[in-house]
Amino acid sequence: MRGETRIDRLHVDLPLLGGILALSIIGTLILYSASGQDTSAVMTQFTRLGTGLVVMFIVAQFSPAQLARLSLWAYLFVLLLLVIVLFYGDVGKGAQRWLDIKLITFQPSELMKLALPMMLAWYLAGRQLPPALPHVLVAIVMIAVPVVLIARQPDLGTAVLLAAAGMSLLFIAGIRWRLLLAFAGLVSLSTPVLWYVMHDYQRQRVLAFLNPEQDPLGAGYHIIQSAIAIGSGGLYGKGWLNGTQSHLEFLPERSTDFIFAVFCEEFGLLGVAVLIGLYGFIIGRGLYIAFISQQSYGKLLGAGLVLVFFVYIFVNMGMVSGQLPVVGVPLPLISHGGTSLITIMIGFGMLMAIKTHRRLLSD
Amino acid sequence: MLMPAKIALKNLDWESRLIQRRIGLAGVAVALLFLIVLLRIVYLQVLEHEHYTTLSQDNRVKLVAIPPIRGLIFSQDNVLLAENRPSFTLEVVPEKVPDLDSMLARISELIVIKETDIRRFREQLKRKRRFEGVPLRFNLNDEEVARVAVNQHRLAGIDIIARLNRHYPRRASLAHGIGYVGMIDETELGQLDKSNYRGTKHIGKTGVERAYEDILHGQVGYQQVEVNAQGRIIRVLDRTAPVPGNNLRLTVNAGLQQVAVTALQGKRGAIVALDPNTGGILTAVSSPGYDPNLFVNGIDSASYRALLQSADAPLLNRFSQGNYPPGSTIKPFIGLAALDLAIRESGQETWCRGWYSLQGSSHRYRDWKKNGHGHTDMTKAIAESCDVYFYTLANDMGVDTLHEVLADFGFGRTTGLDIGSESAGLLPSRAWKQRRLGQPWYPGETLIFGIGQGWALVTPLQLAVATAAVANQGKLYQPHLLAAVTDPLDGAVIDRFAAHITAEIQVTELAYWQEVINAMHEVVQGESGTARRSGRGAPYAFAGKTGTAQVISIGQDEEYDADELPEELHDHALFVGFAPLKAPTIAVAVIIENGGSGASTAAPVARRLFDHYLLGEVAEHDRGDQG
Repeated sequence: MRGETRIDRLHVDLPLLGGILALSIIGTLILYSASGQDTSAVMTQFTRLGTGLVVMFIVAQFSPAQLARLSLWAYLFVLLLLVIVLFYGDVGKGAQRWLDIKLITFQPSELMKLALPMMLAWYLAGRQLPPALPHVLVAIVMIAVPVVLIARQPDLGTAVLLAAAGMSLLFIAGIRWRLLLAFAGLVSLSTPVLWYVMHDYQRQRVLAFLNPEQDPLGAGYHIIQSAIAIGSGGLYGKGWLNGTQSHLEFLPERSTDFIFAVFCEEFGLLGVAVLIGLYGFIIGRGLYIAFISQQSYGKLLGAGLVLVFFVYIFVNMGMVSGQLPVVGVPLPLISHGGTSLITIMIGFGMLMAIKTHRRLLSD
Repeated sequence: MLMPAKIALKNLDWESRLIQRRIGLAGVAVALLFLIVLLRIVYLQVLEHEHYTTLSQDNRVKLVAIPPIRGLIFSQDNVLLAENRPSFTLEVVPEKVPDLDSMLARISELIVIKETDIRRFREQLKRKRRFEGVPLRFNLNDEEVARVAVNQHRLAGIDIIARLNRHYPRRASLAHGIGYVGMIDETELGQLDKSNYRGTKHIGKTGVERAYEDILHGQVGYQQVEVNAQGRIIRVLDRTAPVPGNNLRLTVNAGLQQVAVTALQGKRGAIVALDPNTGGILTAVSSPGYDPNLFVNGIDSASYRALLQSADAPLLNRFSQGNYPPGSTIKPFIGLAALDLAIRESGQETWCRGWYSLQGSSHRYRDWKKNGHGHTDMTKAIAESCDVYFYTLANDMGVDTLHEVLADFGFGRTTGLDIGSESAGLLPSRAWKQRRLGQPWYPGETLIFGIGQGWALVTPLQLAVATAAVANQGKLYQPHLLAAVTDPLDGAVIDRFAAHITAEIQVTELAYWQEVINAMHEVVQGESGTARRSGRGAPYAFAGKTGTAQVISIGQDEEYDADELPEELHDHALFVGFAPLKAPTIAVAVIIENGGSGASTAAPVARRLFDHYLLGEVAEHDRGDQG
């Protein structure tokens, strides 16, 4: 073990922080362009970023043991919020996702991205691994309850993502392959059922994904315009602030969910390689932190948080590039949005906690 | 603590390695999935780059058509007949108006906004995009424009747009000849050169406007503009100016046209005046007329219904599509043929006792002059319009020859008028009657055919062309309204309408022409000519022939009494003529429906035209009260 450095004492992981800052800078640049050079949008993003960094720093001060003790309560608290939002939530874009508590409005489903991995990590770390079938079933119930609540809002995208993140945590926990395959089979069998419970707009999105040309000005519009933005970017891109698809407003939701298309248009394949490289670096670093953590809870939570982070990146990029149906998922650290940024930062704070508190735990 | 007791049994080391293995696998999965995303981006950005670049350009760059300015139409004497007038339209840009209702109320205080305006506005509001102007009021006058302009500061989102609108300053005067433009309709859209008409809203519907559409329209211009997703123009990238349509100069003399229109004021009828040396139409009036300006931006259905249902049929182009019995106006044509075919000799007389009967029949074909004309030769027969002379002649000639010689003068077929829209009239024959009615030709029909009654129908234009052919001794010119095409910028003549002889009447002796012309001169300026009153006092010699066409047949023992008949059953009054006698420069055909006798009603009109054309307006005013 290396000696404790000053930065360790601050509970900050420098490589992770470096990656986060690099991505934030890129995100701010592209947000400036995508928002039509709106400095006020950039300023609010800066404020959020600053807030996020502070929150991250605070969270990093907790030891994994403390986090483990908080897990159950965090989970139950967010679950309660989800129930409240279902009855009292603000209706935005036809779905009740937002909770207005005087100071800020936020989406409790965002917090579940943290609470669910915490809960699962805590529960599974306390069992014999690989988990036995009853424990797996309990874990699945833990995943299913918030997933169903979120799906009822309705926010199918977040629900599916959360389910995927939960399942990946079960995978990390060493769930047996045959169990995994059995669940995979069950999920694919239940797909037709899913089709029936979907809302019309959700079905339309799936259809549009399968054949965007069928309704080029309606449901297929996002997909087509996004592909045009990416494709016309080429190898080197049209240059910062020169994207026509975004600046002439052909691309919808260009500063939020579809900001990746703006990035592709302006910075081209080279920019995309750099971006994916940075994400890869952060994820790699996160997995490494989980890998070297001496505690099962730390390992599971660290890997779980990283995989939630990854699933968001992958689904967003997949949706923007037309490989996945359009679900309202932001690109972490790049998309304009408050709650999402804060949760991500809390997640990174936990990762740093896992990294920097290990010596204390090993004693 | 919440930690279960089982923890002691856990093989921590083994467990740790299991998780680490799974983390490793997750890392591999992450790398693979990132690779998939990257490959997709490579596919889009490298392999399909060109395709998407094209799509992106298509998105961004739009071609906006700039319609060309339509050519103007002038008369021969340089009077503007069709122009493009700026017309002011008040438009509302919805996105700039927060409260539409209060804005409408504010505008209503300034200018008149009708209920129908608001209805149309609300209708269009739904179809237009937020930043596009929606017209609220058309044709604002100068005062209204000023009133809105002064209040502009409290009318944000209200624009006054100037557009060029086709306008016919002479209104009804030459409506049937010039025609009008109107909104392009579905069927026209299918036949047009779509690229050249991008941006053009109007197209020639009738008359000169339609016939010379290609010359008048011009060449469309283009603007390459960058637009955003809503279609709003961000900037202009490139511009190709439109080429304005060429101007037209017509053969019509606006001054003469005005005289003709005034002469027919309040009457139904038509006047055609031609230059007998070119076929150029100097005057073409169909009365009553209509205001072509009504049609430019779409006529409202009430006005249109009124025009359609009017008993006076103002929309009918009488000068080239009106079919009339020619009456005695065809006598000179038959007379010439009789001389040429040696059926009559000059000076050969027929005894007129006031009526004529076919052999073996007691039916009397009456002369207009009850007591007869006595001894009558060709000159007198034409001058006094002796019916018995022509009954006899027609009987001698037979229907086949009659048909043939009148066909030589262009009757029974279209004249080839450059703007089209012609009726061929009707030149009856045995074959025609058998075909159409399944009946044989009766000898009596030949007789009345000889005085222009019965089946025969002619258009005023045909009569004018045939009369011109007498004036120029045999040449049937293609009548035309177009004189020249001129450059809209410098007025230089680009193209001239070349006079075209469609047929020529050959006679064995040129003197026959002279004989008929002399007889026609007798009509107006002879001792006993039917129209001698119209010829009196003219400082020039001219020629003519009256015609009075029956609208109903009068029974054997009845008298025609205008006072007892409703107006629409009164005789049509006709007159054909040309002037001056030597080297004629104008030939006319005048028809006044139910106007009574040609001599009293139609001939004076022709005289007025001749006076105006040959002597100028001053002279015409001098004899104003002579009537």
